[in-house]
Amino acid sequence: MSLIIKNLHARVVGGQTILNGLNLEIEKGRIHAVMGPNGSGKSTLSKVIAGHPDYEVTAGDILMDGKSILGMEPDARSRAGLFLAFQYPMEIPGVSNANFIRAALSARLAEGEELEATEYYADLYEQMDRLEIPRNFTSRSVNDGFSGGEKKRNEVLQMAMLKPTYAILDETDSGLDIDALKIVSAGVNALRSPDFGALVITHYQRLLDYITPDYVHVLVGGKIVHSGGPELALELESKGYDWIREEMAEPALA
Amino acid sequence: MSNALLPFEPSPESSLLPAWFRDQQHAAARRYESLPSPTRRDEFWRFTNLKALDLQDFAPARPLSKDAAQELAERSIGVEDSVASLVFANDCLVSIKTPAALPKGVLVLPLAEALDRHADLVKDHFMREEGVLGAEKFSALHRSSIRNGTFVYVPKGIRIEAPLQTFHWLAGASQAVFPHTLIIAEENSAVTFLDWFQSADNSRGLGCGVNDLWVSKNSTVRYLAVQQWGREVTSLHSNTTQVAEGGSATSLAMHLGGRFSRSESVSHLNGQGGRSDMLAITVSDGEQEFDQRTLQDHQAPHTGSDLLYKNALYDTAKTIFSGLIRVGQQAHHTDAYQKVRNLVLSDEAEANSMPGLEILADQVRCSHGATTGEINPEELFYMQARGICKKDAYGLITFGFLNEVLERLADDTVRAKLQSTLQARLQGH
Repeated sequence: MSLIIKNLHARVVGGQTILNGLNLEIEKGRIHAVMGPNGSGKSTLSKVIAGHPDYEVTAGDILMDGKSILGMEPDARSRAGLFLAFQYPMEIPGVSNANFIRAALSARLAEGEELEATEYYADLYEQMDRLEIPRNFTSRSVNDGFSGGEKKRNEVLQMAMLKPTYAILDETDSGLDIDALKIVSAGVNALRSPDFGALVITHYQRLLDYITPDYVHVLVGGKIVHSGGPELALELESKGYDWIREEMAEPALA
Repeated sequence: MSNALLPFEPSPESSLLPAWFRDQQHAAARRYESLPSPTRRDEFWRFTNLKALDLQDFAPARPLSKDAAQELAERSIGVEDSVASLVFANDCLVSIKTPAALPKGVLVLPLAEALDRHADLVKDHFMREEGVLGAEKFSALHRSSIRNGTFVYVPKGIRIEAPLQTFHWLAGASQAVFPHTLIIAEENSAVTFLDWFQSADNSRGLGCGVNDLWVSKNSTVRYLAVQQWGREVTSLHSNTTQVAEGGSATSLAMHLGGRFSRSESVSHLNGQGGRSDMLAITVSDGEQEFDQRTLQDHQAPHTGSDLLYKNALYDTAKTIFSGLIRVGQQAHHTDAYQKVRNLVLSDEAEANSMPGLEILADQVRCSHGATTGEINPEELFYMQARGICKKDAYGLITFGFLNEVLERLADDTVRAKLQSTLQARLQGH
């Protein structure tokens, strides 16, 4: 079982094509990292998988455990087991974190079923403690006035609460100092299991010191141009992306 | 508009009111009849749907049967930790409950009784100012027609932590009620009071209410009004606050019901260091119209006022906000803020905002602003990406938008009650 991205072409609605035949398979139990220079399509990839309405898929497919999710609304994708940790989480004034997460969990229940409040808070506090989030966080508005680090911790907290099958982490390391990075990474690592697959999108190798990927892919010009093991990330860190671009430019030999 | 509404009918209840008060009422009735009806040329009535002010079909509400009144009393829950609860149905007192003894000297009485037993206190404070934002005629109507209401007096140094509350029920077709609340907080006292305006049925009706808050030196008054009249009710309401030196007033109105609702709110900052927070939430849908006029009147140095009005508009609803910050010559070092925010959830809804400033003093900090916007699609996507469907996401974001006003309340129980009232109002959208 896996999340399969098959020959994906996507563009901004009515605009420029950004993804050009991207192929990727994220198996349960595996963590894949996608790295790439600015403008290569990293964030577009995460938004297209989650179903952002600003983008349209012009060819290809995204299959979750064998089923295409392209016709599904973003909320249906989420309820089916997909999670996107945002690079820039939105601030929602007046809605408390506790109510927000409760609403997300309630959306997964059958009609007429209600979330059991005591269990909910027990679970919430346990996950918060793991991420070193203070208790007053529950009554604060979603991401409102949060530091970059707090926002990213909140993303990982939501992920831990919603227990997705597949998670896309979009530059979760950006805006984090080293301590926050360690905490957030520990939160992600805690979710590692044979029933969980993740796609970690990052610009820097630093995050991969803490979340060791099984595979590393290089995204350039809207498609995966190179794949390898964790060592590829180190190579990219020391050599940059130019050598890959040069390799691509070389004529293919017979 | 016609003046066919008979503003003052001698009724069994009113004949019990003291003669001096009835004389005032007769004079007010004559004033009501002689004052001109508002026109749209009048700045105070700009954009207002004046047809809504045709009151000729209404008559002072008839008392309900004992059983009907009792049933309404049972439906009057409000905040559960309240230390005094009054219930009026069609302006007749149904019940008054004080679960625990109030501190010595505190008075929580039906106004009719206070007129009798504390005439001097009432005379000094009752409707000292009438309709300065346009509703002069309707203030006269109120004064002429009032039969009862709530009178709260908190003596010097007494701070009541738990809230007091009153329910005003309107029942039956074409009935008019005239709810009144008078709160006098003496030096260093504190009190929190809630007014609930509710309909027993879906009939047309008129609610024409007034409340006066007297905030003495270093005292704190929090006044909360929940207007949830039925959908066919015309609501006219005036709130006047007088803040003395070092006093602090918070008034918060939730405008949820009615067909046409006009509310005027005035805060006079008369003493140095006085402060007034003027808050309002409006949820408007269908063909509802909410017309809100405000005045932040700074007449003493180092005074502060902070106004935050938030409106959510669905369907073909219409809102009007017109507010003025006036800083008098003596009011140096004033801090005054005025913010109106409209969340428009339908292409056919209409939000009008007219903020204003008039500054005659030096060294003041004033700002005002009005914004009108829609739901941010990125917020919507964020919620959807967590599995929350579009409809629920709209509801949550709208709730959050309005809840920012409730977050300014310090009292957890009151805030929680108002939050659940708001949530219930947003259900179905």
